[in-house]
Amino acid sequence: MSAQPSDPVAGEPTATGDTVSADAFAGPRVRSQRRIRAEHVRDYGIVAFFIALFIYFSVASSVFLTSQNLLNLVFQNATTGIAAIAVTFTIIAGNFDLSLGSIFVLSEVLAAYAAVHIGVWWAFPVAIVAGAVMGIINGLLVTKLRVNAFLATLATALSFGGIAVGVTNGGLLITPSSSVFTFLGQHRFAGVQYPVIIFVVVAIILQLVLAYTVFGRHLYGVGDNRNAARLSGLKVDRIVILTFVITGAACGLSGLIDASTTGSGSSDMSGLGGQLALLAIAGVALGGSSIFGGVGSVWRTVVGVLILGMITNGFDLLAVPDYWQNIVRGVLIILAVSIGLVVERR
Amino acid sequence: MSSADAAHVRLVSIGKRYSGTKALDDVSVEVAGGTVHALVGANGAGKSTLGKIVGGVIRPDEGQLFIDDRPVRYASPREARIDGIATIAQELSPMPHMSVIENVFFGIEPRRSGLVQWRRMRTQYEELLSQWGFELDGNAKVGALRTADQQKVEILRAVASDARVIVMDEPTSSLTSVETNALHRMIRVLRERGKTIVYVSHFLDEVLELADTVTVLRSGRLVRTAPVTEETEESLVAGMFGAAAAAEHFDKQQDSAAAVVLDVSGLERKGVLRDISLQIRAGEIVGLAGLVGSGRSELARAIAGADPIDGGTIAVDGTERRIRTPADAMAAGMAFLPESRKDDGLFMEMSLAANTTFADLRTVASRFGVLRLALERGKTHSLLTSLSVEPPVPSAKVTNLSGGNQQKVLFARWLFRNPRVLILDEPTRGVDVAARAAIHRLINKLAAQGTAVLLISSEIEEVLGLAHRVLVMRRGSITREFAADPPMDAVMEAAFGLGGSTTA
Repeated sequence: MSAQPSDPVAGEPTATGDTVSADAFAGPRVRSQRRIRAEHVRDYGIVAFFIALFIYFSVASSVFLTSQNLLNLVFQNATTGIAAIAVTFTIIAGNFDLSLGSIFVLSEVLAAYAAVHIGVWWAFPVAIVAGAVMGIINGLLVTKLRVNAFLATLATALSFGGIAVGVTNGGLLITPSSSVFTFLGQHRFAGVQYPVIIFVVVAIILQLVLAYTVFGRHLYGVGDNRNAARLSGLKVDRIVILTFVITGAACGLSGLIDASTTGSGSSDMSGLGGQLALLAIAGVALGGSSIFGGVGSVWRTVVGVLILGMITNGFDLLAVPDYWQNIVRGVLIILAVSIGLVVERR
Repeated sequence: MSSADAAHVRLVSIGKRYSGTKALDDVSVEVAGGTVHALVGANGAGKSTLGKIVGGVIRPDEGQLFIDDRPVRYASPREARIDGIATIAQELSPMPHMSVIENVFFGIEPRRSGLVQWRRMRTQYEELLSQWGFELDGNAKVGALRTADQQKVEILRAVASDARVIVMDEPTSSLTSVETNALHRMIRVLRERGKTIVYVSHFLDEVLELADTVTVLRSGRLVRTAPVTEETEESLVAGMFGAAAAAEHFDKQQDSAAAVVLDVSGLERKGVLRDISLQIRAGEIVGLAGLVGSGRSELARAIAGADPIDGGTIAVDGTERRIRTPADAMAAGMAFLPESRKDDGLFMEMSLAANTTFADLRTVASRFGVLRLALERGKTHSLLTSLSVEPPVPSAKVTNLSGGNQQKVLFARWLFRNPRVLILDEPTRGVDVAARAAIHRLINKLAAQGTAVLLISSEIEEVLGLAHRVLVMRRGSITREFAADPPMDAVMEAAFGLGGSTTA
């Protein structure tokens, strides 16, 4: 997979409009500069699909294309989206994080605990700092102990989840019904839910960081060729740890939003917490970022997450049975990833 | 030479484009059945691409491939293999955890009602060996074999499936000369039995010795196809480059009063480096010769902070530096071009611009770490142009460049930093003759501008052609020092530990 103009790191089409790899669709002697080429399908097919799906639901359901429904769609996916955007950093740098859901749950529980036992305002820093600390733990395991990221975060996922159950005694921590605590999840600014605003702001900031800063460039380098990055003077471990911290803090933020929305802290992993890691990584892959690192971007993840969310929303509106949602999501991920691979092989 | 059932391959007006450049343009070649047909050319000339088209690895955009006058169009190497065309790629692709026998018969195992008949397979394997006069333990795990033996596995695999055409892409690039000779014997046997061999190589002496016919390509175009008897190394080189590319030998004017830039003293790394001391003056190129395993690369890596050291000091411009990481070495003014540009050097998925500026992003970023992309493009473009990187397009991806141009991009990254000390480990490995000459001129020019250069190369000619002083390493120590232009055999003898007194 590769190349999209908004990633200044990857190769853009050159000045002549020619693209970079084998020209699979053009037959003999056809070299039109305007033709749709295989790389375009690979790189922007997912955007076209997003638009097509959007149009389909707009036509098929009278409710879909209303501002209220669209806001709800984004609102419902904001927590997943924030986590997915952040884990994009970890993945681009060549690692993996399966502990998103547990960080989310433990941060939520700790936020609720702080709100109940220390003071409502404490929930905010506690959730985010707790998430960041869990990220540091993941990062240290991966870099200093050299535990494979997949296993390290699988293990910490279990432990963090366990701690969350311990803190709540397996039950629910009901937070004070103070508007200080609940405004984040239950109130609106100019008609827009706060989680939507936070999602959009986080996405814009992280996309800019990735595409236009030294740190962003370093992430791509570490993911593309770790040895080369080290020999170019980078402190690779520090960068990797930082990606885990960013992911942890973002999951903490998601947990905080969830606590605020529900007015409680729950250690129950059968909800979003249990699915978050897989949904977020599915969003990253569906958007077209490489799971092996070095290639990807935040906007892709946003597109991926929104497609997954749109399927839930649209299917609900069209009264398609629930189980179809996950079947279709699964098929889509396979399609998206395999189209990229097929084009690559030509 | 050719036998009755030997397959005859014909390529007609083949064209192939990558990223707007023509990898092949209107190339027509006839490969007579039962011959060894060599494809030669510089890196990027299109010889590998042509070989891959025959093997079904890639599909041409234009033109037609004929096997025995039958037009064919392969969608995959597998289709070609079914049609009797086997490819032995540069990077071999056996299944490392399986045995030799399993590899050889993979996909064509003798079976009965779906079960593999192991005993029959073993018998067939023995027959194959005696038939072709090969020796190879069928039970050995392929992953544990040397490259030469893995190649043997691939050849056996090809003949076991009754391949009639075998495409070999740079088969000897990682073989010793003894192994190369053995491979050539095998190829001659294959030819005698009516196999058609397409042999892609840049080793001209091998081509002249082995092939019946040779096709010369230059920049994706056919130069000529001729019987080998009509060619010499000089004529092939002239065909490949259009003009005579003489092996360049530089004047070695060196100011012996120039200041010492790099001063290494008593460097130790347990089991690898012993008491290494060396000095390099401004404008001096010090060549490091030695056999593989003598510690050449390890010394470079130790000085450059890539590997840890156990003792000794490193000073740059008279100041002792504590070097524990590559970043420390860079801060001291050093730049290190590692041996393997793919494994340790380049970011293949990233643009030329990103590759060039990667080690010094601060110079194209604002104070807060925000990249100034226009500035980066401009700076990269002028640097790439001055290094004659083709294409000098900052947004192009490195992975689409030829080996020589990739190496120049790696140079660009380090020149971007204006280093005081340049450590080069095999700077022209896998690079064609033209790019190699360009890189040699560049190294010479950088030294003339006052850079201290440590040059490591397994090609003794390269060291002798450039170095003002030659150090010979053996078993982790510097054992011999020569002034400029030493006799080559003296250097070789020192590397092998023969004759002469040691200075270390």
